[in-house]
Amino acid sequence: MQKTIDISRQQRAIRRRENISGYIFMAPSLLFFAGFVIFPMLMCLVTSFFNYSMTDFSFIGLSNYNELVADPIFGKALVNTVVLVLVSVPFTCFFSLWVGSVIYNLNEKVTSFFRCVFYLPVVTGSVAVTVVWKWIFNSYYGLLNFVFKNLGIINQNVNWLGNTATALWCIIVILLTTSIGQPIVLYVSALANVDHSIVEAAEVDGATDLQVFWRIKWPQIMPTTLYILVITTINSFQCFALIQLLTSGGPNNSTQTIMYYIYYNAFKLNRYGYGSAMGIVLAVIIAVFSAVQFKIAKTDNG
Amino acid sequence: MNRSVKKLSAYKVLCIIILIAVALFFIFPLYWIITGSVKDPKIINSNPPVWYPLAAQRTTLHYQKLFQKPAGLWMLNTVFMCVMSMGLTCLTATMSGYALAKKRFAGRTVIFGIFVAAMALPKQVILIPLLKQMAWLRLHNTLWAVIFPTVAWPFGVFLMKQFSENVPNEMLEAAKIDGAGETRTFTQIVFPLVKPGVGALAIFTFISVWNDYFMQLIMLNDTNVLTISLGIAKLQSELSTDFGLIMAGAALGSVPIILIFLMFQKYFTRGITMGAVKG
Repeated sequence: MQKTIDISRQQRAIRRRENISGYIFMAPSLLFFAGFVIFPMLMCLVTSFFNYSMTDFSFIGLSNYNELVADPIFGKALVNTVVLVLVSVPFTCFFSLWVGSVIYNLNEKVTSFFRCVFYLPVVTGSVAVTVVWKWIFNSYYGLLNFVFKNLGIINQNVNWLGNTATALWCIIVILLTTSIGQPIVLYVSALANVDHSIVEAAEVDGATDLQVFWRIKWPQIMPTTLYILVITTINSFQCFALIQLLTSGGPNNSTQTIMYYIYYNAFKLNRYGYGSAMGIVLAVIIAVFSAVQFKIAKTDNG
Repeated sequence: MNRSVKKLSAYKVLCIIILIAVALFFIFPLYWIITGSVKDPKIINSNPPVWYPLAAQRTTLHYQKLFQKPAGLWMLNTVFMCVMSMGLTCLTATMSGYALAKKRFAGRTVIFGIFVAAMALPKQVILIPLLKQMAWLRLHNTLWAVIFPTVAWPFGVFLMKQFSENVPNEMLEAAKIDGAGETRTFTQIVFPLVKPGVGALAIFTFISVWNDYFMQLIMLNDTNVLTISLGIAKLQSELSTDFGLIMAGAALGSVPIILIFLMFQKYFTRGITMGAVKG
């Protein structure tokens, strides 16, 4: 009897020690996380119910959200953002899977070379990348006009970024170059980790390359695909720097995105409450998109 | 059999040719930045464009102008911001990653769940309240306003938890039996074992802070706290026709970080892939 009490007391002491040391090791991270992630997130939710500007801070309930629904520019921004996501996400996933499957079993140095090259625009940084693209798309001495004119595709200079029909597509092209780097890295490592014995067995049994890919490799890299879908979606929804630096949402709001419109309202017009409400809506939309992707991937998997 | 092998390799060769063409397209912006930054102002906008500046067409003029802007200060700010974010992130994330992987403290699954959920939210959304908070803490327009939120972002914790899972429990127990305290166990047993993870996190943090334009744009307005990204953006909006100067800025902003990336590429790749496992 005495012995069992001793043991349980000892266990409790051990557990307490684990708790204390665990929380001591957690403390710095928790402090930062609570102070600079959780607290602002809650504040974002709270301020979305306020009329919050430089001079005013008053509770207005759901008015910001009501205004949002009726705001035609927000509607346009939403449509543009969804177009951006629906074009860039599938293309990024497909293209990076193709590149990944071509390069993953080449000579190690060659693989690493291609991986670096496709990662280059990410590392170069959006500001430096846009500086070049602005030049390429320039309507007077831009390279694109020069090349297209010489190839006979166009007769006269086009103002690519100043034209409502082309501006968003210019943004999408640049977005694509800056977003495929990471998926390629992920696919290369996922494909290299596919169980080789199963692939070989299937090949012995006479499976074609396509069959091997869809029946064996594809299910095994499914978790990677899912992860890539989610991060690419989040990144595309948050496309900001390209727009701020190239078009500022114009011309005529044709490149207006939710992220840029949040920035414009909150930091240019100082409408913090309205901006926060949009932020909340954006977060919900992203959550829904991610959930749908999870669901589709799950049913796809069997 | 033989024919199918041949067909496969023909397909593969075609793929690689296409890949090389696409790769050139990806290298081109960087090439254009570097050559543009040394082109003589007279030829920089010429039509047809000068694809490669000959020795006689080169100048260092743009760089001289750039450093009067003052790009040296921008670089100093950028490096300070990146190094501080990197150091603090690695320290806090290694500690908490280890605790989450190896310590059986109450509430750890809940805490980890919150960390992961927060990672899926758009980071930029919290920038509005964060700006107010920084103003209140009197940190607005200091580099700390970028550093602290970066350190707080949970990706590092997540990554270091993955790496810490691989630390063998037997070693931790053996250390305990030998009488090593918590601090010694952490610094002398856990840390050496998760070093590759720390390396990956360090380089990953460094590069992402360097390029986190949005955060810098919101938090830093004063001329004496500008970073290189903000500096280039400023040049572009104020002197948009001085292409040489802007290209020199872009070169200064991208070439160092690309060199760092190439040097630590292995770590970086591992960081990205480890972060995705079970993601």
